[in-house]
Amino acid sequence: MSVVNDTVDWFADSSHWSGDDGVPHRLVQHLGYTSLTVLIAAAIAIPIGLWIGHTGRLRGLAVVSSGALRALPTLGVLTYASLFTGIGIKAAIFTLVLLAIPPLLAGAYAGLESVDRQTIDAARAVGMTEWQILTKVEVPLALPLIIGGVRSATLQVVATATVAAYVPGPGGLGRYLIDGLALSDYPRVVAGSVVVIVLALALDGMFVLLQRLALRNRPAAVRTTA
Amino acid sequence: MIEYRSIGKTFADGTEAVGDFSLVLPSRTTTVFVGSSGCGKTTLLRMVNRMVDPSRGQVLIDDVDIATRNRVELRRSIGYVMQNAGLLPHRKVIDNVATVLRLNGVGKKEARDRSYAVLETVGLDTSLATKYPSQLSGGQQQRVGVARGLVSDPNILLMDEPFGAVDPIVREELQTELLRLQRDLDKTIVFVTHDIDEAFLLGDQVVILKKGGEVAQVGSPADILAAPADDFVRSFVGIDKGSRTLHVEERDGVRVVVDGTGKATGVLESS
Ligand SMILES: Nc1ncnc2c1ncn2[C@@H]1O[C@H](COP(=O)(O)OP(=O)(O)OP(=O)(O)O)[C@@H](O)[C@H]1O
Ligand SMILES: [Mg+2]
Repeated sequence: MSVVNDTVDWFADSSHWSGDDGVPHRLVQHLGYTSLTVLIAAAIAIPIGLWIGHTGRLRGLAVVSSGALRALPTLGVLTYASLFTGIGIKAAIFTLVLLAIPPLLAGAYAGLESVDRQTIDAARAVGMTEWQILTKVEVPLALPLIIGGVRSATLQVVATATVAAYVPGPGGLGRYLIDGLALSDYPRVVAGSVVVIVLALALDGMFVLLQRLALRNRPAAVRTTA
Repeated sequence: MIEYRSIGKTFADGTEAVGDFSLVLPSRTTTVFVGSSGCGKTTLLRMVNRMVDPSRGQVLIDDVDIATRNRVELRRSIGYVMQNAGLLPHRKVIDNVATVLRLNGVGKKEARDRSYAVLETVGLDTSLATKYPSQLSGGQQQRVGVARGLVSDPNILLMDEPFGAVDPIVREELQTELLRLQRDLDKTIVFVTHDIDEAFLLGDQVVILKKGGEVAQVGSPADILAAPADDFVRSFVGIDKGSRTLHVEERDGVRVVVDGTGKATGVLESS
């Protein structure tokens, strides 16, 4: 029980709530890594996923390469990337982007595939251009699944962004884990994990709300769940 | 005028839906394609708005090969009532109808007003306008489909079994409405059905199709009844069953019309 008590004490210590190594500052850094990563990955993966879903082309390639990306060991990629970019924040972001791409890609193309073919046929028949079909029919109907992809990418990145502390740079919440382990300061390690978990849960809740919002005003029968 | 010139269609999977089909559909008339399921009616219809491109031959509208026309613009200029209604599930009924007008560059307000008017024309309660398609019955959805086909007042109207999912009474209402509209608006209508009675009611020109889009007979309802081309047509229009061969019997000085099965169908008045 002492670890629990020590962790509670760690949180109670006001010095851990201010300054460069305080929880708020580390939290902001961590969120910064996470959002930068998800933004870059989304800018790459979502357009590709939408193109695959709309045209039905290269789907097999997307499935295989997503599977391969998922199988990559994070620390291995970080080390390998550091050979090219130098040991630093760029290597960490690169690694995290690779991690975030598969769920984003899958959310986009699976979302588009979930749209009824007859609906798309009807949109085409009334004279929508392919771009209008994509933006006015496919994406709105696929939105819950697309947001679902962003949700799982974000959660994975939040958990894994602790690796950013392995390389020189701002560090984020991973600092607590790595520094704590190095100093055998276990309350700090546990406290760092708890903050990451709470952050992940909060973000997850936010995405649940977003998905609900994407479906607002629609009758139950139209809703597809992620 | 719509013209099919030696049209053939073989789908990517090898299905030959249409073998060799030629026909002229005069302007401002209704042509009905009638035939049993899978004979190629929908395939032929969808060639007019390039939703299906023929594998062989050409389709011409007013002597212009439509293969040379932009498909999106062509589709916007033609009304199309789909076999399954084909409404967009994430848009309200009124917006489904207005979409066609908006695509044709009509302003928001005018599009809404015209959509409400046309919903009334097809006999839909305007309280349904703000519902989503999934909240409507199959018949109501089909009426929305009809409204969407009519709303932009197109010269050509393609209708694929538009009254399939409505009950007989409503169907009769809609058929009457369509006949009235046709008298007033003079559109070129291509109508698909597998119901021969509906074909004879609505068609100026009726095309009876066999498998593979093979034409069994083309003509006015009267022509077809007067001179059925072969046994297939005879049985398809029901002459063999006797319901189309009428004769007069005298009953107490009144001339009663009786069909071939012996069923009395009406009274003959002297004109
Ligand atoms: N996209 C397609 N790919 C392959 N085969 C098709 C396709 N569309 C239609 N067919 C086939 O072409 C033939 C004609 O189909 P079509 O839809 O034109 O029939 P239909 O006369 O409209 O039938 P129904 O009365 O059942 O609607 C059928 O054998 C059908 O299976
Ligand atoms: Mg059909």
